[in-house]
Amino acid sequence: PRRTHHRALPAASPAMNCRAEVLEVSVEGRQVEEAMLAVLHTVLLHRSTGKFHYKKEGTYSIGTVGTQDVDCDFIDFAYVRVSSEELDRALRKAVGEFKDALRNSGSDGMGQISLEFYQKKKSRWPFSDECIPWELWTIKVNVVNLANEQERQICREKVGEKLCEKIINIVEVMNRHEYLPKMPTQSEVDNVFDTSLKDVQPYLYKISYQITDSLGTSVTTTMRRLIKDTLAL
Amino acid sequence: AMDTDLSSQDRKDLDKFIKFFALKTVQVIVQARLGEKICTRSSSSPTGSDWFNLAIKDIPEVTHEAKKALAGQLPAVGRSMCVEISLKTSEGDSMELEIWCLEMNEKCDKEIKVSYTVYNRLSLLLKSLLAITRVTPAYRLSRKQGHEYVILYRIYFGEVQLSGLGEGFQTVRVGTVGTPVGTITLSCAYRINLAFMSTRQFERTPPIMGIIIDHFVDRPYPSSSPMHPCNYRAGEDNGAVYPSVEDSQEVCTTSFSTSPPSQCVFTVTKAHFQTPPPVVMDTLKVPVMGLAFSHQLSSSRLSYQPAALGVGSADMGYPLLFAGGLNAAHPHQLIGPGKDGGVPPIPSQPAHGTQADQERMCTPLDGVHYSAATPSSSEDTETVSNSSEGKCGSPHDLLETIFIRKVGAFVNKPINQVTMANLDIPFAMFAPKNVELEDNDPMVNPPDSPEIESPLQGSLHSEGSSGSSTGNTQDDFVMIDFKPAFSKDDILPMDLGTFYREFQNPPQLSSLSIDIGAQSMAEDLDSLPEKLAVHEKNVKEFDAFVETLQ
Repeated sequence: PRRTHHRALPAASPAMNCRAEVLEVSVEGRQVEEAMLAVLHTVLLHRSTGKFHYKKEGTYSIGTVGTQDVDCDFIDFAYVRVSSEELDRALRKAVGEFKDALRNSGSDGMGQISLEFYQKKKSRWPFSDECIPWELWTIKVNVVNLANEQERQICREKVGEKLCEKIINIVEVMNRHEYLPKMPTQSEVDNVFDTSLKDVQPYLYKISYQITDSLGTSVTTTMRRLIKDTLAL
Repeated sequence: AMDTDLSSQDRKDLDKFIKFFALKTVQVIVQARLGEKICTRSSSSPTGSDWFNLAIKDIPEVTHEAKKALAGQLPAVGRSMCVEISLKTSEGDSMELEIWCLEMNEKCDKEIKVSYTVYNRLSLLLKSLLAITRVTPAYRLSRKQGHEYVILYRIYFGEVQLSGLGEGFQTVRVGTVGTPVGTITLSCAYRINLAFMSTRQFERTPPIMGIIIDHFVDRPYPSSSPMHPCNYRAGEDNGAVYPSVEDSQEVCTTSFSTSPPSQCVFTVTKAHFQTPPPVVMDTLKVPVMGLAFSHQLSSSRLSYQPAALGVGSADMGYPLLFAGGLNAAHPHQLIGPGKDGGVPPIPSQPAHGTQADQERMCTPLDGVHYSAATPSSSEDTETVSNSSEGKCGSPHDLLETIFIRKVGAFVNKPINQVTMANLDIPFAMFAPKNVELEDNDPMVNPPDSPEIESPLQGSLHSEGSSGSSTGNTQDDFVMIDFKPAFSKDDILPMDLGTFYREFQNPPQLSSLSIDIGAQSMAEDLDSLPEKLAVHEKNVKEFDAFVETLQ
């Protein structure tokens, strides 16, 4: 029996309105990236709007979000993502680092990647701005090793089916229409949305991950990186 | 319902939102079953009245069908809008796969703000629909359609009918949006006993004994049926012109967006999944949508007529296609969506295709073409997909697809060379023309390899061999200069290339030989009942044997 030690991420300390969702998947090593991208993109599809263009008198218009189908190479699965190369690149970067960390951590192959949506709350000097999370998605990953091609083929299909279930779960959560930040005024928009992308506007988000060490007491190979997509203040 | 609380402007807006939500829902569902990957572009500036701030293309025929079904009404209690997705095999059997239901219930949310919250939630619901349409079993089926089956859609309005889905169907809820006049719910009921059949059943598995007769019955497309193919339309509306953009009064006028409708740009990409070479479907002329342009169709028989459409703006949407009719007596209208709502008719191209096509097709007899579905011919015709692959932006190409009748599954010779034309048996071409004598059998007398890599090689050839490998009459494919990678191996006396050449033409299985095979096949079939009876008698022994293995 393995002891696993999860250290809570400081950024994920639940604030009052932060809901947390946890998804778990077991995948083969080469499926990690696609599985993570499928989940993250599906969440961000629901958490991105078109670019806001503020006009006089406090009204604003919203740009258009395009979507595209993505086929997975190592999983019998396809998903829809927002048509934004910048966003895709950011996610791929994060997922790539997670995958490398998983691989370098040794044979254990367990870890989790988190996608956190937050709002910024400006504080007076000398205090720095607070980041208040309002939704946290955690994907726990267990990497399996397979012995032969037949098992791999079955894994392709099984993981595909599992991901279908995850998508349905994500959509269920989205449909609850629970707390969403208020639509901001022009001066507040950067506290709610990531306005750095040129074609879409996701809510402010951070991606972090950690690797679980099998030895338990101390997490020897935990790496924690915060990948910020907003302007660092 | 008390709608005195709702201002008349809000009520009008709400009705409009619901109507366009219904139309967009249908578009998303049907487009997700076309068998192609969808790609639309994000646009930062509000070129907007992309409804719900999402780039969802409107296929005119689909909008037309949806409006026809709705007949000016909106979903209400007891009046649901349903999109039925079904599968139809080449033999004409059909089966309902899914019913997508847009329903309204009585639970009202009086407090909610129509122009803001309802609109945004409807947008979110459409995104959920985009996601969910990819995870039901019918998605993967629809990506592989074209050869043995097609996916059809039908829109109806009224009572939801789920009985066609078989027992134990499952339901997935896409989402709900509360409004002051009721709660909109969107869900999908789907057949599950297909899930296990799905891809494996419809993948092309080679028959073991060539028993499977795989020809298409010349069955005219049932134009009277209300079903519509997800990737082509029945012929009865051929030539009809559909407005490609909403009436001007129906432009989205929320406070979020202000400008005239934008055109979403579609890309046609090759289906990712491995699909067998196409062999199609039907003798009727049918319009094919650029969107619905499956890899199968694109790789077999197209004529490309790149034409300057002269419609204007650079991001003109994909052109609609009309098939060159086999019996085309009149040119077809080709429609490209215009930028400002107009529908400029484009002079059509002659029906029988370009020079390139003539090479591959024989002269039509009785309106029926036979086509060689060779791999080599498929390479040529992939240029259109390639040019638009991976990009959101369609080239200004006109694509014309001509539907022709298939002749046997794996026939890769032109019709006049097929000696077994009456037998639509797969692998007919592999059947040897005459019974082989042992002397000609390359397994017994392997031909000399032209490249002697090692001094030991000669000893592997049997004494009688003398000919060259190119003289082998079994060769349908002649290998020239075969240099397999990584094939040098000092341990084996023979290199891979030599091995391959020598053993490339094993003798035909006698059961595949048509004359002998058919006879023995008939005998086998006759003796089956007896054999079955014998096996049944010995069931206990077999069971015991199996036990010993475990």
